[in-house]
This record gives sequence, structure tokens and C-alpha cells, in this order.
Amino acid sequence: MTKTIAVVDYGMGNLHSVARAVSQVAPQNNTIITSTAADIAAADRVVFPGQGAARQCVQGVKDHHLQEVLIDAFNNKPFLGICMGLQILFDHSDENNGVDCLGLIAGGVNGFQRSALEPDKKVPHMGWNEVQQSGSHPLWQGIDDGARFYFVHSYFVAPTDASWTAATTDYLGSFTSAVARDNVFATQFHPEKSATDGLQLLKNFSEWKVN
Amino acid sequence: MGLAKRVIPCLDVDAGRVVKGVNFVDIVDAGDPVTAAKRYFDAGADELAFLDITASKDNRNTILDVVEKVASEVFIPLTVGGGIRQVADIRRLLNAGADKVSINTAAVHNPALVREASEHVGSQCIVVAIDAKSVAVPGTEAPRFEIFTHGGREATGIDAVEWSVKMAELGAGELLVTSMDRDGTKAGFNLPLTRAISDAVDVPVIASGGVGNLQHLCDGVLAGGADAVLAASIFHFGEYTIEEAKLMMRDAGIEVRL
Repeated sequence: MTKTIAVVDYGMGNLHSVARAVSQVAPQNNTIITSTAADIAAADRVVFPGQGAARQCVQGVKDHHLQEVLIDAFNNKPFLGICMGLQILFDHSDENNGVDCLGLIAGGVNGFQRSALEPDKKVPHMGWNEVQQSGSHPLWQGIDDGARFYFVHSYFVAPTDASWTAATTDYLGSFTSAVARDNVFATQFHPEKSATDGLQLLKNFSEWKVN
Repeated sequence: MGLAKRVIPCLDVDAGRVVKGVNFVDIVDAGDPVTAAKRYFDAGADELAFLDITASKDNRNTILDVVEKVASEVFIPLTVGGGIRQVADIRRLLNAGADKVSINTAAVHNPALVREASEHVGSQCIVVAIDAKSVAVPGTEAPRFEIFTHGGREATGIDAVEWSVKMAELGAGELLVTSMDRDGTKAGFNLPLTRAISDAVDVPVIASGGVGNLQHLCDGVLAGGADAVLAASIFHFGEYTIEEAKLMMRDAGIEVRL
């Protein structure tokens, strides 16, 4: 039976590249871009992307009345957050003078601070950086530990419970670049823009059998 | 180890075709932007830039088709510039599959567009192109750079470094710094210009204009302080591959993605 992967559209940026990349690696699935709660509820897997600023993203979820269905997906089915779709899962973000987020993962979202000791490190953190895997996970299958993924962000997540951390990356200090628990995986980097390794991660997600 | 410096091939597109020549040895249709983009993706380019130089309004929408086709096959960031006047133009490009747009002349005439655009689509999508020339009288004054428009023909009287700081404050997520007096010369980047801007702003800087060999790419990073280097002809005509560029940069002590 054809499985459906829902890419959640809540008005935050270009979802087509995420959907295109998922379709490319999982052609046997039905990949849809949707802003409808019923579609997300019916989907087998959910991809939660996001671009822009925290306040707009949280507002976008609320305006589209997607909070409940997203919480349900987060608790029950393979769920992949990307970039802002990682950050707004947390309790609170320091962006936009402070924003309450969805509160699904305990912890906050902090801004990078430039350092006089490392003047070459600009903000936003933009480009290909190394992702150090914190342990084995089905979504890392076929991807080298330390492989480079594409990042573009000025804020980073800090989970209260370190066991959430699935990967770290060094930039103006070490930060959590992916989180995972049960049926949830979420990345700060953009797998859809990260060439072969990014496509591999999306393929792993499309095939992920959650225990 | 950490963040890699990026190598960005740039393709000039006119009415849906690559111009100024792309000459890969075994490509039949070198003017097809999708074929050229795919080739650079396979070769390990970190990002791709498209500059739409289409003059006629009728042909403007062809860039959207190009971006859409490229975005379906190329899974690295795509920056598209040229002809952007308003937020609606930016939205169309992003919806077609661009990840970032580069705003040039419109920012000079209407700086508020940069703020409006970054508020609507996020700073990470907004690249502001800084086209500048050295204007100091040699030997008599300190280095000074001025913004030029219309392909380097029209002076604006705007100081390039002050302008760069202003663009970053208005919400540019990245600056594409092109030395108009070096563009096409193959004499290398204008390093004092690149360095002055890179030191003055918090956001990443892409160096552009004048690359003639691989040492120039290394210089852009090491002496110019660039976070990324953009080049066109040295890659298009098969003089150097992306991999050769990155190996040379690595050997110069620059972190790259191989």
C-alpha cells in the first residue's frame, strides 16, 4: 500500500525543495505538501520544515490550527523536523526578544555570539559543517560520522535533557545539531540541501521503522 | 575542523540559456543550464549561483523554469540574482526552488526592500550584491571603494564599506562582494575591498570578480577574509575542476568540503 509522507506547510518558506528531495529518494511513497490538519492526521510520516524567524513560525502553526495535529504526530508517528521545524519544538526561543514555542522538548533556543577570539566565524552560521553523531541511529545509516551537512541559522537548540542530542557540531562552541527520541528526529541542518548524505538521511527517514 | 569555505560556480543565464559560455568537454548542449548545474552538483560544488541577465521583460519568466528544473535535480543551495525589484519577485523565485536571492541595483535605489524582504522571507534568503570599484587616487589617499550600478558603469557616490554595514543591518544574511574593476580581468579578487567589507560586517561574505587561477581563490579566503568564493569562467571552460580548486585550497590550509 502506498504510504503518505506529509510535508507540513504553515506559510514558512520554500517547502518545495524538501518535498522534491523526499520524492526523489522515496518515489514509491506519496509525498504531499499540506497545510490541512486532516491530511497530517492521515499521513504515515510527517516532515516539519521551517524557515524564517521563531515568532512567525510559531504564529504560522497557530494560524493554520496545526498545533494539536502536530503534537499528535510528534507523539505517535515518524516525525522529521528541519531547521525552524527543530527549534520551535522547544519550550522557548531567544529570537525576536523571546518567543514561547511548542514546548514538546524541554530546553531553549539560544543565539550565536560572535567571538573576538574567532573573528572569522560569522553569524549566521552558513555552509557545510561537520555533524558528529552522538550514537547509532537508523537515520544515520550509510552516513559517515562527521559527514558535512548544509547549515544556515543564527540560533541553536539546547535540550535540558542531554539524552535528546543525536548529533553535535562545532561553531562558536559545540551545539546540538540533531535530536532524536522514539519516533522523533529533527535536524538543525538542511538534509534537502546536503547533497548525497542529505538524500541518504531522507531516504532513511522514509524507510524508518519505529519500534 | 569546522565550517568549510564554500566554492560557488556562477552561471549567467539569458532567456533560459547559459551565456558567456560553458564548455565541459563531454556535454553536447553546453548552453542548457540544467545540464551545467547538474554537472557542477556532481563535481562537488557547495552552492550554485545563477545570474539572470535577461534584458527583455518577455523572457523574464524563463528564469523561473530554469530554477524549477534545476531544483528538481540539484540538492545543494541555489542563489538566483538579476531583475529583482520587489518582494513578489523574491517569492516567485523561492517558490520555484531558489534558496536565496541576490538583490543588486534595487537595493541601491530602494534600501527598504532589503528590510521588507528579510522580514517576509527571512535574512537567510537575502543576499545583497555589493558591486564596487576602487576610487582612491593611488599614492595620495587611503583605500576607498564606491558602489557602482549598471554593470559597473554608473557611480553612486556611496561608500562600499558603509553601504555593506547598512545592508547587513537592514537584514541581508550574506553579501556578494564583486570588484567591478577586476571582473573579467582574471587578475584576482580585489583583496583590500573584500577584506574591508568582511572585517566590517557580522554576516558571511562571498568574494567575486576577477578569478583567473586557483591561487586567487585561496587569496580570497586567506587575504580577503571571504567565507565563500565565486567564479565563472575558470570552471566553465574546463581550465580547472571544482575538485582541483578545493584540493588547492585544502593544501593552502583552508577547510573545504571534499
